[in-house]
Formats: sequence, C-alpha cells, structure tokens
Amino acid sequence: MLTPQGLQQRSDLLQAIRSFFFEGGYMEVDTPLRLPVLLPESNIVPFASEDWYLHTSPELCMKRLLARGCSQIFQICHCFRKEESGRIHQPEFTMLEWYHKGWGYFDLMRECEALLALLCRLLPQMPGLSSEGTLSWRECRISLCQPWDRLTVAAAFRQHAGVEVDEVLKLGIFDEVLVTAVEPKLGRERPVFLYDYPVALGSLARCRPNNRQVAERFELYIGGVELANGFSELVDPEEQRHRFSLEIERLRGEGKDAAMPETFLADLALVGETAGIALGFDRLFMLLMGYSSLAEAMPFIIEEL
Amino acid sequence: MYTASDLRKGLKIQIDGEPYLVTEFDFSKPGKGQALYRTKMRNMITGVQFTQTYRSNDKFDRPNLEERNMQFLYAQDDEYHFMDTVSFEQIFLTKEQLGDNLSFLIDNMEVQVLFFGERPIDVTLPTFVNLEVTVADPWAKGDTSGTDTKPVTVQTGFQLQVPPFVEQGDKIQIDTRTGSYITRVKE
Repeated sequence: MLTPQGLQQRSDLLQAIRSFFFEGGYMEVDTPLRLPVLLPESNIVPFASEDWYLHTSPELCMKRLLARGCSQIFQICHCFRKEESGRIHQPEFTMLEWYHKGWGYFDLMRECEALLALLCRLLPQMPGLSSEGTLSWRECRISLCQPWDRLTVAAAFRQHAGVEVDEVLKLGIFDEVLVTAVEPKLGRERPVFLYDYPVALGSLARCRPNNRQVAERFELYIGGVELANGFSELVDPEEQRHRFSLEIERLRGEGKDAAMPETFLADLALVGETAGIALGFDRLFMLLMGYSSLAEAMPFIIEEL
Repeated sequence: MYTASDLRKGLKIQIDGEPYLVTEFDFSKPGKGQALYRTKMRNMITGVQFTQTYRSNDKFDRPNLEERNMQFLYAQDDEYHFMDTVSFEQIFLTKEQLGDNLSFLIDNMEVQVLFFGERPIDVTLPTFVNLEVTVADPWAKGDTSGTDTKPVTVQTGFQLQVPPFVEQGDKIQIDTRTGSYITRVKE
C-alpha cells in the first residue's frame, strides 16, 4: 500500500518512463486486456473472463500492431496471472512492454541501460538511488554505471552452480537450479543480462543463426530480482506454429485449455525483424524505492480489496 | 489433500506418514519457468528440519492432528502420564518429548496434548503458571536500587531471575513461552 507521497513517486516514474520512450521515437499504444485466445505458454495460467481471458502480457496484440506497420511502440498496462503470489509476485501487476523493428536482443540490452541512466538523472530523489549512481536494495549496493554485465545462461550455471545447463535440462531441474543457486547471485554488484536461453525456454524468441539449441532471449537481473525479459522476436510463422504446438501439447497434457492463435500467426509474417521486451514496472519501482516486497510498491494489494 | 499452492508459513502437512510444520515459505517463478514453492519444514515428531522446493502439482496429505485437554498425573522413570479430562483415557509422553516443558510442569496441571492419529506428540502448557519458590537468598533490606534481580529456584528445579523482594515459599507467575518472571502471586 502506498501513501500519497509514494503514489506521487510512482506517478513520477511513469512520467519519466514515458518521456524516455517519446524522446526515442516510440508511440504509446493501448491494446485490449480481454482476449478470446492467448499465446500458449505452458507455465502461465490466465484468469478466465466469461469465455474469454484476461491477457497475461500485451505481446499478442502489440505484435499485430507491428504487422499493421507500426515500427516502435510501447505500452504500460496491467497483466493478470493466476496462482502467482509471493514477495515479488502479484496476480495483477503493471507491465512496461516495448518493441523496436530492425533491432536484435543486444540492442535492447543497451536500451535498458539507457533507460535506467535517464531515470537516475530525472529521479534523483528516489530513496534507493544515491547521487553517484548506486542503487541500495536490501543488502545489495548495486552500481548502475555502464556497461552492465552480460553473462550467458551456460556460463552462469557453470559459474554459480557448478553444473552444465545440458545436464540440468536432462534432469528436468533447470528452474530449481536457476532459482536456488543462480538467481540469488545475479546482479548484486551491478545489473547483469543473462542471455542465450535453451530454445525450449524461449518459445517466442528467434534461435541463434549458428545454434538451433539456443534462443536469442535475455533476462535483466538487478539485486537478484528478475526485472525484464527480452527477445529477438521469432517472426517465422511456420516455426512459431511448431513451437506453439509443443506448448499446446504440454498444456493439454496438464488438462488445460489451449488453442492455436491463428489471427496472430496470420499477422506474424508481416512483422519483420524486431526485438521486444517486457519489464515489470512494479518491480522497478520497488527497487528504486528500496522496498523489499512488491506489495509495498503497489497502490493496492488483494488483501486490501 | 493440500497442493503446493496451499503452502504457507504455519501450515501442517504430512510427508511419508509424518507430520511437518512449514516454518519458512517463499514463492518463486523464473520468467517463462514454472512456479516453485520453497519451504523450510520441521518434523513435528523428531524436530528435524529440512528445506525442500515443490512444484505446483505436488500434493500433500493433511495430517490427522488433534489437541485434547489433559491433566498431568505423575511421572514414573522417564514416562510422564496424563489423563484426558473428558474420557479419562490415560497416555504418557517421554521426557525427551516434553523437553523444556518440564521446567514448568507440576502435578494436576491442565495442558493441551497434541495427537497425531492416536499418538501423543507434543504438549502445550498454559501460557502462565504459578510455581513455588523453593530456593532464594534472603532480601538484603536496605538495598533500594530497585533495578537489581536475583536468581531463585522454583519447585520444578527451574532457575530464573526475579526481583529481590521475592522470598522462599512465595508463589510466582511465570510466562512458559519465555521462562520469565511476571509477578508475585498472593494466595
């Protein structure tokens, strides 16, 4: 729950983010929250809204706008994910998502650095920020000076958990190792981009041209908190259909409803090379305010409603 | 049945036929990954602690736990005998099971005994108990500092710090959660 002063700081952050994107030539869009079919993602559970669904991210509609000819768009919207509730999870949260045509995932990493640099300049009064560009969050003192670290998933697993990614994938414990051994060590001294994920963990991301096992996906971590997830977007409708069919198979195996998003696939051929990224707005605000939980950073949490 | 999404601090679940108390809990979900429920648990019989990460489709039985009002009757060797104040059924717990509770347990005391199925596994004492002071140094009259305390021994053999005016033969009230002195009791 936020005080009026906290709400003002949240408003200031929204405004600063918008100014960054407007100056960078982006257009703000607002797409429907309620959709008849969602992109099939096996680990994300949507809320039903009559016989439609509340969206779990704005990705589907934003990519259709790219197909319509938009080239740089951003959106700040609420997203809904069932069964996600914890210190840094809420079932309804605010996402900042943006797309840039002609870019790849490394371009987006640089843009994340530029966004945070601008926020530090515009919002020096944020309690977590110091004048020399250090973010204090929980027990971490994180230098936001650029460039930030870049670490492949394979290297991070080797370095922080002493294991090979292929081994943990074979054992089916990738998430467990990531959460218990790797994530807590990420971004403690400076932000880090964890990149090049196993292809099964990036169903909407393009494969590396020289390695079909690796998807061009990254996650930004600050203070052990996963803040943003970006891709070089997969824009080949046939490959996307194949990847979705694997997700749908997995979902149906768990007794869940899933359908092929045909209108999305029909538009995908018109998108062209693009990079896109989703950033948890509440988490960013939590970090900048020095709050240790997401609930403190939100205007309301479920228990107050 | 509980599923992993029911897990929270304080929940009691059954694993491999034994009751466990969740003492710490954290929800994690890496981007595009699956929900993970990280817990720290204590075996309610052995006290052994361990940490475990569960996935959302993991399920747990509810342990059959029941608290009954019982009265402490007597101790024989290492067996402490209690009687159900409703059914008059008698059971015993071992010295080891009672642990620190022995510092405050006296004859005829009414307590809550926790049963796992038919098996008594733990005791909850009243929060406040009145015990007699059996050993105390006399109060040095004239000591008016007022802030000092002195050690005394009560009838169970338990030692604690009390204000200097407490004397041998007095009854004092003790908080069984902390073992600290509350007040002198007039009877």
